[in-house]
Formats: sequence, C-alpha cells, structure tokens
Amino acid sequence: MIDLQHVSKRYGGGRKATPVLALDDLCLSVPAGTLYGLLGPNGAGKTTALRILCTLLAPDAGTVRLGGMDALADPRAARRLLGYVAQEVAIDKILTGRELLRLQGDLYHLRPADRQGRIGELIDLLSMHDWIDRRCGTYSGGMRRRLDLAAGLLHRPRLLVLDEPTVGLDLESRAAIWTVLRQLRDQGTTVLLSSHYLEEVDALADRLAILEGGRVIAEGTPAELKAALGGDRVTLRVREFSDAQEAGRVRELVLACDGVRQVVVNRAQGYSLNLVVDNEAVVERLRGQLAQAQLPVFALAQSRPSLDDVYLQATGRTLMDAELAVAGQRDAKAERKQAMR
Amino acid sequence: MTSASPSLVAPSPAGSAGPAFAEIRQETLALTRRLFVQLARRPSTLVAGVLQPLIWLVLFGALFANAPAGLLPDGMSYGRFLGAGVIVFTAFSGALNAGLPVMFDREFGFLNRLLVAPLRSRSSIVLASVLYITSLSLIQSLAILVTAALLGYGWPGGAGLLLTLVTLLLLTFAVTALSLGLAFALPGHIELIAVIFVANLPLLFASTALAPISFMPPWLGWLAALNPLTFAIEPIRAAYAGPFRLTDVVLNAPYGSLSAAACLGILAVLALGLFLAIRPLLDRKLS
Repeated sequence: MIDLQHVSKRYGGGRKATPVLALDDLCLSVPAGTLYGLLGPNGAGKTTALRILCTLLAPDAGTVRLGGMDALADPRAARRLLGYVAQEVAIDKILTGRELLRLQGDLYHLRPADRQGRIGELIDLLSMHDWIDRRCGTYSGGMRRRLDLAAGLLHRPRLLVLDEPTVGLDLESRAAIWTVLRQLRDQGTTVLLSSHYLEEVDALADRLAILEGGRVIAEGTPAELKAALGGDRVTLRVREFSDAQEAGRVRELVLACDGVRQVVVNRAQGYSLNLVVDNEAVVERLRGQLAQAQLPVFALAQSRPSLDDVYLQATGRTLMDAELAVAGQRDAKAERKQAMR
Repeated sequence: MTSASPSLVAPSPAGSAGPAFAEIRQETLALTRRLFVQLARRPSTLVAGVLQPLIWLVLFGALFANAPAGLLPDGMSYGRFLGAGVIVFTAFSGALNAGLPVMFDREFGFLNRLLVAPLRSRSSIVLASVLYITSLSLIQSLAILVTAALLGYGWPGGAGLLLTLVTLLLLTFAVTALSLGLAFALPGHIELIAVIFVANLPLLFASTALAPISFMPPWLGWLAALNPLTFAIEPIRAAYAGPFRLTDVVLNAPYGSLSAAACLGILAVLALGLFLAIRPLLDRKLS
C-alpha cells in the first residue's frame, strides 16, 4: 500500500540555519491491510516521512507510491486514497465538531446525503454524541483527537495515516482510539501510525519500523525483532538502593556466572543491574550464586526482550535517552515554520 | 465507543471524480460558509467595520462642516464630498484585511487540513476569501450609503449606485489579491498586521478621500493622483454629484484629466495585474 524508496529531505540551509537532514535515504514498505507502527524518538524523521507520504511536503529525492500510484505525479489521487490525522490537531475553534466534519466532507466531495449518514456513523463509532454540537474551542485533548480521527475517516480512506495519535491523551481516549484502529485494520484498512511510545507500537502494530536519524534501522513484526535479539532480560537488585561500590562487587560476581552475556549498572534506578542472559535456567543459577555469596536479593525480575531493548541494541542508547538528547536541541519555532505553508 | 460499524470502510462514492465545476463549487461554498459562520459567531469585526466608517463620516463631516467656501468644486458640501471617500476607504481597509484569516489558517495548521484534502482546485481557498471579503465590503458600503443619505449627504441614483458597486468590486478584488499575496509571502500575522497598519492611513491621507487635489501641495497632489484609492473615489463622488456620463472628467490630475471610464479601466488593470502577480506565489505555496 505504501512504498517509499530512497527518500531524502533536507530542511533549512538558508542564510542563518545549517541544513538539517531530516530523512536520509529512507526506504519503507507497508503491506496493505496491516497496522504499521513507525517508532522513533522525537526528531527521528517520523513526522517528515508522514508529511511526505501525505503530499504535504515534496521530498528532495526518492519515490513515493501509494496503492500502486505515484503520489508525487498524481497527488490528488493520493489524497483521495488517504486519511491523515496530523500531530498538531488543527481545528477551527469557532465551528462545532459537526460543522467541521461537514466542511471536511465537502472538501472530499461527498454527496450531501452520504455525508450526513457518514457523519452520523462516525459520531456513533467515536461516541461523540454529547459534545459534537459544541464549539471545538471547548474540547479537551481527547475530544479533539477523536474529532480529528473522525475527520480523517470521513471519506472511508483505504489508508489511514496518524502522526502520534495518542500523545498526551487520557487512558480512556487512548483506549478508544486503539480500539478503532484495530477495528479498521480488521476491516481491511491499512493503518500507519507514528509513535514514540514503545508500549503503543508493541501492543498495536502488526509490523513496525524503527527510525533513527532519518533512516530505518530495524524493521519487522514486534515478535521477530525481539526474537532476533535473543536472550532474556533480568533486572537484579540486592537492596532497594545500593551504592556504586556494592553494585560493582555484585557485577563482578554475576559476570562470572555461566550464561550471563552482559551486565549494565543502571545508576538512574538505584544502581540496579540490567542483565542479558541466555535463558531461564541462568536465573536459577544466579540465585544460587548470590545465596552462596551471602548477598540479599531485594528483587530479581526476568522479562522477554522489549522493543526498547531492540532500540538499545540498534542505537546503543535507550529510547528515553534519545528523547532527552534531542529535547534540548529542538527549536519549536523553527518546526512550526516548517509546517507552515 | 460502539464496538462495530458495518460500513466503516465500505466502498464509497467519494473519490469518484465528479464534474470539475460541481466539485469546485462544493469546496468553495463550504470554505465560504465557514468564513461566514465565523463572522456570525464573532460579529465584532463586522460591527467595528460598520461603526468605524460611520464615525469617520460623522466626526470628519462635522470637523470640516465650516470649511471655507471654494474649498470644494461646485460648492459641494463637505459631507457629500466625504461620503465617497469613506465608502472607498472602508472597502479598502476590509479588503486589506482579507489575508488575515488565511494567515491564521497557515499558522494554526488548518491550511494543512485543506491541502491534504483532494481539492479539485486550490484556487477554491482563494476564491472563498474573495467571495467573503467582497460580500462583507458590500454590506459595509451599503450601511455607509444609507447613513450618508440619512445625514443629508445625498444618494446616488440607480446608475450611480451601479457605478459605485462596480468601482468597489474592482478595488476590492485588487486589494484582496494584494493582501492574500502578502498572507502567503510574509512569515506570520505580526508582519502582516504591521504592513496593513503602515499601508492603511497613509494611503487614506494621500488620496482625495478627505480633500481635493486642488487643496494639496503639489507633491501630495501627485501622490494622490497616483493613488489607486483616488481612482475609486472620484467616479463614486461624481455619481453622488448628480447625473453623470462615464466619459465625464472626474479627476483633474497634475498629469492630465481622467474620465470615470478611465478610472475604472485603471482599477480593472490593477486588479488583473495583482491577481496575475500573486498567481506564481499561490501556485508555489499551494502546490
């Protein structure tokens, strides 16, 4: 359904700014009927990729095909095919939700009779009865997102593209949106969503791509990606809060244990130890070793590898660290400008 | 949240390419309706837009009520003289503000919503603004015409009214094009408002809205005689003065005399020129 090949996009490069390479030879292929996740820290190029996909932005290089069509050559056909739910919800505060949907319907040239019926269906689907006739300016974040989702679905697109659809939402709204996205996928719609929530992509997506620095660094189903890493993750705490010295001692001991591949001291979590081990049997061996060394065990938790571990493996840092690293560099004003036409 | 909707992705007539004209009409009307709904719910723009020229008319009319005889040609009263100026200035200010809603749509990302939609023609976005501003300026002008009549400043006859409307339409088109061009060329609403602010009053004072050219020092007379507002004011003023013909001279400029028809011609060329001038900009920003 979606096929991006060797897409590059560079921003800026004017007199003042040094150019930023937002997408670096990005290739992405999304099969029809999948719920596809685009995972990556802020600044990885997710939004740029989606904006190019939705014909809002022209790439510097590369090809964009949607449903077999060349989206760069025939953007109008591409626009008819897709529904887009942007990251910054753009609604008109003065209009009511129903009026906004009606406007949207006219922009997609729905026939008036069909439009009314369709608006009713979506109000049902997203439980918007109570507030759809109030002005959008009074809506909460969750209501806006639901309205925006409804607007994106109004013309029954075969492809729905959502840019971080649940950022900052309450649990109820988030669950509601997840339900609808799954339902859409089950009915044959291709859904592409970006997110920097690992759990969201893990729970929702059939397949995912991890973006970093404008390129895809890992791609597959969540299970495949995790299985490829191998090993189990173990978190070990001998005390609730250890100190560096104790952690160092335990680390030496644990490293000596057969089947332990890697040990990282996690300072941020009270000097707990993060281990990668071959299998469950190693955990029992660990317990034995610790008891022998007369060390207490406050917590010993074992888990399968998560997507965060996938990210860690591919980039050498956790997703949260990556977020923090770019948080200071991002220029909200400049980004707003980029989004402006 | 209901659990299922049978027709969530059922095939839809949407996307079937309808006749181009019907689609352009549908999208343009929808966008225009939005602007009018906004106006109806936030009428302060309209109220201020009608009140302001009325205050001009009353206060300025009173200020110069005792102007020395001979200031105005043909012993015209100042109020009658001023009416045409205020009508044109009002239409001009309204049209100059036409770019603001578009600028806010750019800034709030609403324009992106329009650009993701498969609009048959993106000119619909511009067309909706033109329709909206034109209607608005006609409403304002009618309010002034009526008030001026009530103040005893006269009423143009049937042909005069027609001439007034045509003149206002031409001026509104020209200035709306300019303002929409600015709305896409400037980086934000602060800059746009600054330009509007700087352009507004100087253009008023350097026109024949408040005083005839004969009253001005030569340099200002030249400016006024080149000011587009003057080309709109003088035909309307002639219509107010009584029966007229399009070939009558309405403007005695330092460079020669212009008839009403010539003034309208200049406005038409200006409107056309500005629309053609902003086309490449709109194409670039909207493609």
